[in-house]
Amino acid sequence: MKTLEFLIQRLAKAAFVVLGVVILNFLLIQLAPGDPAAVLAGEAGAGDEQFIAQLRAQFGLDQPLYVQLLSYLQNILSGDLGYSYRNQVPVADLIMERLPATLLLTGSAFVFSLVLGIVLGVLAAYKRGSLGDSLIMTGALVFYATPLFWVALMAVLVFSIHLDWLPPFDMESIGAGYTGWARAADIAHHLVLPTVTLGLFFTAVYTRLTRASMLEVMNLDFVKTARAKGVPKGRIIRRHVLRNAILPVFTFASVQAGQLVGGAVLTETVFAWPGIGRLMFDALMQRDYPVLLGVFLVTAAVVVLVNLVADLLYRFVDPRIETAG
Amino acid sequence: MKPITPLLKVDNLSIELPAGFDRKYAVENLSYTLEAGEILCVVGESGSGKSMTANAIMGLLPSYLKPSAGRILLKGRDLLAMSEAELARERGRTVSMIFQEPLSALNPLMTVGEQIAEVMLVHGEGDARSRDERVLELLDYVGLPDPASLRHSYPFRLSGGQRQRVMIAMALALEPAMLVADEPTTALDVTTQAQILDLIRRIQRAKGMGVLFITHDFGVVADIADKVVVMEKGLIVEQGTADDVLNRPRHPYTRRLIAAVPHPDESATRAEAAGEPLLEVRNLQKTYRSGGGLFTRPRIVKAVDDVSFTLRRGETLGVVGESGSGKSTLGRCILKLTDVDGGEIRYRGKDLVPLSQAAFRPMRRHLQMVFQDPFASLNPRHTIGRILTDGPVANGVPMDEAQKKARDLLALVGLDPSAYDRYPHEFSGGQRQRVGIARALALDPELLVADESVSALDVSVQAQVLDLMQDLQKKLDIAVIFITHDLRVAAEVCDKIAVMYRGAIVEAGPPAEVFNAPRHAYTQKLIAAIPGRHWNPRAAVA
Repeated sequence: MKTLEFLIQRLAKAAFVVLGVVILNFLLIQLAPGDPAAVLAGEAGAGDEQFIAQLRAQFGLDQPLYVQLLSYLQNILSGDLGYSYRNQVPVADLIMERLPATLLLTGSAFVFSLVLGIVLGVLAAYKRGSLGDSLIMTGALVFYATPLFWVALMAVLVFSIHLDWLPPFDMESIGAGYTGWARAADIAHHLVLPTVTLGLFFTAVYTRLTRASMLEVMNLDFVKTARAKGVPKGRIIRRHVLRNAILPVFTFASVQAGQLVGGAVLTETVFAWPGIGRLMFDALMQRDYPVLLGVFLVTAAVVVLVNLVADLLYRFVDPRIETAG
Repeated sequence: MKPITPLLKVDNLSIELPAGFDRKYAVENLSYTLEAGEILCVVGESGSGKSMTANAIMGLLPSYLKPSAGRILLKGRDLLAMSEAELARERGRTVSMIFQEPLSALNPLMTVGEQIAEVMLVHGEGDARSRDERVLELLDYVGLPDPASLRHSYPFRLSGGQRQRVMIAMALALEPAMLVADEPTTALDVTTQAQILDLIRRIQRAKGMGVLFITHDFGVVADIADKVVVMEKGLIVEQGTADDVLNRPRHPYTRRLIAAVPHPDESATRAEAAGEPLLEVRNLQKTYRSGGGLFTRPRIVKAVDDVSFTLRRGETLGVVGESGSGKSTLGRCILKLTDVDGGEIRYRGKDLVPLSQAAFRPMRRHLQMVFQDPFASLNPRHTIGRILTDGPVANGVPMDEAQKKARDLLALVGLDPSAYDRYPHEFSGGQRQRVGIARALALDPELLVADESVSALDVSVQAQVLDLMQDLQKKLDIAVIFITHDLRVAAEVCDKIAVMYRGAIVEAGPPAEVFNAPRHAYTQKLIAAIPGRHWNPRAAVA
């Protein structure tokens, strides 16, 4: 009952947040220099005033700002994200076409970094002060400090060009015509480099977070109680220490999960991954504002949704958290 | 005749401290025995090494501490020679332990039932079903209500006393021959403490267990001990039967500790304070509201409920109550550290309640507070001199005058003048509390609110600080509101006692009257719960 009440409250708040984001984005984008009509006309090779005015009228760009905003809001509320200036297809279609690729990439990176980060963090804490601990923590520091694009480029250089183990770009082999499992394997093969590249930074974060949190929990009284009960060391680590140490990791994981849609622009660009990030990047370059606003909207909605889910899950992970909090 | 092996025999145990500590051994040449069916109390002040011996028995010493000599024989087998795996088999099965802090000793993310069942699980006892049955049986045995639903509760839902009962249930799960209890009642209210002590004694009798009970409280010792070991700075200074040690202490350290045990002096009558009332509190109300959203009703707690009293110059009022009774809130209300919901606080006839914070600020210097935690209440980055001069300087006293005053105050509270340039971490708890008192006195207050100001201190230090406060009060003729959970302390130092229960003063009067003829049922319960009531420490060292 309390959970339902909580959910309703939060959903109402979330709707307002998303609405605010939409309005803010719409207004901010007007501040950006450059005129979509001029860009389109330029690309079409016809730059005369009349053609530009015609384009403006066609897209409603000649209306006052508040009229444009109102009609945009009206469209969004009725589920219409608008029409791409450039591609001449509905924005919703464009996004839906690209979304699976991005979710596959960011989802894999999420799982990869979470699992590897926690395992390494637990190992480092368990073997505190040993050579293994030093190696893990040094590695974590290196990947924490190294820029993502550089890791990506080096990975392509080493694993694709020199060793020829992994394909350097795109999501599947073009023209190979794989189907079923063969296609899945092909995609997985292409997925390795971008996933690892995107996930390494968060792996480093999770490793450091898990280790620090484990060491802190190991000093708490109830761990001593567990030892006094005669619980074996392995079980103490699993049941008592890790279970409590995972809470801050969970908090950070919900931050990463919020970036599931919008966080892979750089990786998608480097690896030519056909996802939302690249769609956004191209739309920005071409002043294709409806597409850009659509991507922003979806990104904001995902962030809000993930936050809501994380707060709900928190109440299962930690029974002490009450709805009111 | 074959000699009977004692349950536990600690034989010449020494634990070396790493270099850089103030002494070479945490404990040195410790020897004592514990028989089955016996309660052995290890008494000492903080830093005496009393907990160290308990941890050594359980193999729970921190990694940098290793026993360097001696043996710990449990039923004739040397625990120090056992491997970690062997030791893990004995823990929980032959010997189990309960701890001081029931709030942190349970895993917050496991239900209490799971935690009790885990003892049996890791020792391979029974199957899931028989373990469940045993959990219910144990919860019932330690006197917890409704075991069937309670076992699914998480620890945060339980009170301190209930959690300590869960700990005891856990310790008893495999019916160990021996129980180690490290200050198990120190963090509890006095009535809860009485219940837990009673429970431990009852179980110990019923099961014929040997109990090693670590405590700093001689009252507790008087209530439960068969044998006593007194420790000072890692050494045993005296041991013997409870009767011998409590009533005929030989070692000067034991005598000093026993002399410091607060005990109401029943013969003494105090001169009635006369003159104008300094502080009059009338019908004070304070209500806390928490929670409450769009759909939920707020939780309302009456923290201070219609409280009235009068305090004169040079008088000490003891406000006594258990945790949650509203005694600290009352202190905060009087100093306007929190808003009140109704009533009057008349200071020299002027009502403080309607004053704005700005209008009250010039009066603040007359009303000062000494806090409970001597570690948290002093800014660690300020020198003692800065701490003592900040207040007066903020009130417009010239710097050199404030400095001179600060040095005088250090002498007044019995600290070395060199303390002026040092930082709080260089002092012990008792010394810091002296700084706290000096800080409050720096502004020449007329009223001092001391909120549990001696609770965190060892008994001998507590006695010194209490003496100091009484001495200063006489010298400076200030009024003191002394907030405490300890009736014994209140009875010793106060002119009047007010007993608080659920926000209201249920009984008030001179200490002798409250102590010897309590009228309210709650006061009666509180006094009955005082540990060591039937033992007179004054007679022991007379």
